[in-house]
Amino acid sequence: MDRIPILQMGDLLLVTIQVDMHDQLALTLQDDLSERIQRTSARGVLIDISALDIVDSFIGRMISTISALASIMDARTVVVGMQPAVAITLVELGLTLTGVQTALNVERGMTLLQQRNDEDAP
Amino acid sequence: MAALQQRTIDLIRSHQDAVVAQWVDQLAATGQGQDSRLSPREVDAQVREFWRLFQAALSTSGTGVSGGEWQEIRHFLEQLSRERVLKGFSSSETASFLFSLKRPLFELAQQHLGDDPKALGDQLWAISELIDGLGLHSVKVYQKTREDVIQRQQEEMLELSTPVVKLWDGVLALPMIGTLDSQRTQVVMESLLQRIVDTGSEIAIIDITGVPTVDTLVAQHLLKTVTAIRLMGADAIISGVRPQIAQTIVHLGLDLQGIVTKANLADALALALKRTGLTVTQATR
Repeated sequence: MDRIPILQMGDLLLVTIQVDMHDQLALTLQDDLSERIQRTSARGVLIDISALDIVDSFIGRMISTISALASIMDARTVVVGMQPAVAITLVELGLTLTGVQTALNVERGMTLLQQRNDEDAP
Repeated sequence: MAALQQRTIDLIRSHQDAVVAQWVDQLAATGQGQDSRLSPREVDAQVREFWRLFQAALSTSGTGVSGGEWQEIRHFLEQLSRERVLKGFSSSETASFLFSLKRPLFELAQQHLGDDPKALGDQLWAISELIDGLGLHSVKVYQKTREDVIQRQQEEMLELSTPVVKLWDGVLALPMIGTLDSQRTQVVMESLLQRIVDTGSEIAIIDITGVPTVDTLVAQHLLKTVTAIRLMGADAIISGVRPQIAQTIVHLGLDLQGIVTKANLADALALALKRTGLTVTQATR
């Protein structure tokens, strides 16, 4: 069964969604990610959805859930590279993803996470 | 439907020069032909062309103007109506071109069928119905063409009224002009979001100085746009909130929580520059 790879960069995790998401894939990603956060005690998760063209309410909710789940495990989530069409769809579906951090691209998302970590550092 | 008799048709064909001459006089009397928008020569050409098709299409079948033999004349009238729309004629002016043909035809029928009242009544009715049908057809086309013109203008306005301008590196502005409806919001949202992706701008300023009124629906559209911008990873600032608009928003009890609003575009730009870490200073001379 195919999975979405989770890459580790220092204390950050990087998830790049390159394929069309289907529900089972989303659920697997959720499980894998929470397990990885626990194993690596990561401080931040960066989800790159720039290659994602189509979303439905399930995928929208999955993004919310991952963010909530990560924050309980003390990792911050940043969603980067959302396409205009995807943003419009999510808004029309009423999924405003409150509480989820967003950034324009991976670089800015990284900066955002790094800043947070620096602020948290004693 | 009353049908034309063969003798009426023969009558019309044999007296065509007199009828056409009378019709032209009639048109001139009602003001057509002296109009600056249409020269007498053009009117004359239209009259002759119409007459050629009209007398060719005359038949005793009584099918009315929807019949196959009238196809050519319907086509001619469609062209005529379209041309008159573009020249700015009113619908009554367009229709009276045809209706003024009634008088010469009626007079002709009266002169030659006067001794047979039943036939006269019957034929007058048939002619009247025919001309009415043609007149209504041309008015219908006139209206349709007008609607097409309006539709096209609406689309053009939609395109024109959504420019996204770059104010600074990483700062985009969208001056909105006119009433916001769902369709426009959609176009505006799409073009703004696309520009954000293309330029990698982090701040988008939506200026609503040119929006005449803000009601619950407009506020909802604004909220949607702002949320979509946030989802993309950029920040939105709404500027140009006029005092009346601020009052309306408060009176309606609209919730604009979570949206940064500024009174004018200058304030919004100042905030945007501050957020990007830039300061503006007076140059020392």
